[in-house]
Amino acid sequence: MTFELFIFYVFSAVTLFSAVGVVTARNPVYAALFLILAFFTSAATWVLLEAEFLGVVLVLVYVGAVMVLFLFVIMMLDINIDTLKEGFTRYMPIGILVAVAVAAEMILVMKSKTFDRPIPEAAPLDSSNTEAIGEILYTEYVYPFEIAAVILVVAIIAAIALTLRRREGVKKQDQGAQIRTRKEDRLRIVKMKTEAKQGER
Amino acid sequence: MIPLSHFLIVGALLFSIAVAGIFLNRKNMIILLMCIELMLLAVNLNFIAFSHYLGDMAGQVFVFFILTVAAAEAAIGLAILVTVFRNRRTINVQELDDMKG
Repeated sequence: MTFELFIFYVFSAVTLFSAVGVVTARNPVYAALFLILAFFTSAATWVLLEAEFLGVVLVLVYVGAVMVLFLFVIMMLDINIDTLKEGFTRYMPIGILVAVAVAAEMILVMKSKTFDRPIPEAAPLDSSNTEAIGEILYTEYVYPFEIAAVILVVAIIAAIALTLRRREGVKKQDQGAQIRTRKEDRLRIVKMKTEAKQGER
Repeated sequence: MIPLSHFLIVGALLFSIAVAGIFLNRKNMIILLMCIELMLLAVNLNFIAFSHYLGDMAGQVFVFFILTVAAAEAAIGLAILVTVFRNRRTINVQELDDMKG
């Protein structure tokens, strides 16, 4: 067993273990933390496959942004875990059955000769994975790249529009109304006769 | 050296664990979203493995786009989740049956 294979087995085992953790954890916070572990070890596997840029992106985008978002939402919501977990043991047999069936079928296919590819040569040390992705991304795939940007904008607008809440009865400053006020609305000049001071004359 | 099928089998196992998770946690919407993320991770692993063994960068570009779309999906999904919880005080999927005829 080469060192590379050893690393692959270690990281794959941790990935699969943490995936099982995500599925079985009682507390959603633990599930999210297991998912972070799964992403980290997967990033290591991707680096093993010479996809260094995507490995780093996975850690930055997923662990740094998406999972933090998940944790925020989990902690914001006041969830009753017990009612959400009921039916876990009831659906356990069918869940495992389906999973084993899916896994067995896919593994049977993947064991075939079609996937018996020769192992590629390791990339030379001075080659850059980021550069290679950039070269193809900004030339051949520039149109999908722009669509991806549009999708992200749509996601931002949708997320803000969905969660924006207008509360009734909140006292807050309305600058527009403040600027629009005129003198007549606020100031009333009362004409009256001068009165003598008490005690005079 | 590692043959291609090793990576594919890890991806398949990851995917089937996520499928089992959807069966087991069919009430908790947050865990369902996490299982979808696990499935996308398995698919991405396959893409990168094929990209490496076929010597084609297109697979990695695809993973890049999948990551983008998955991030957008997670953001919108969680926004919907927050809105649902605010209106219904629950994220139990089985109680969200207002549209049932």
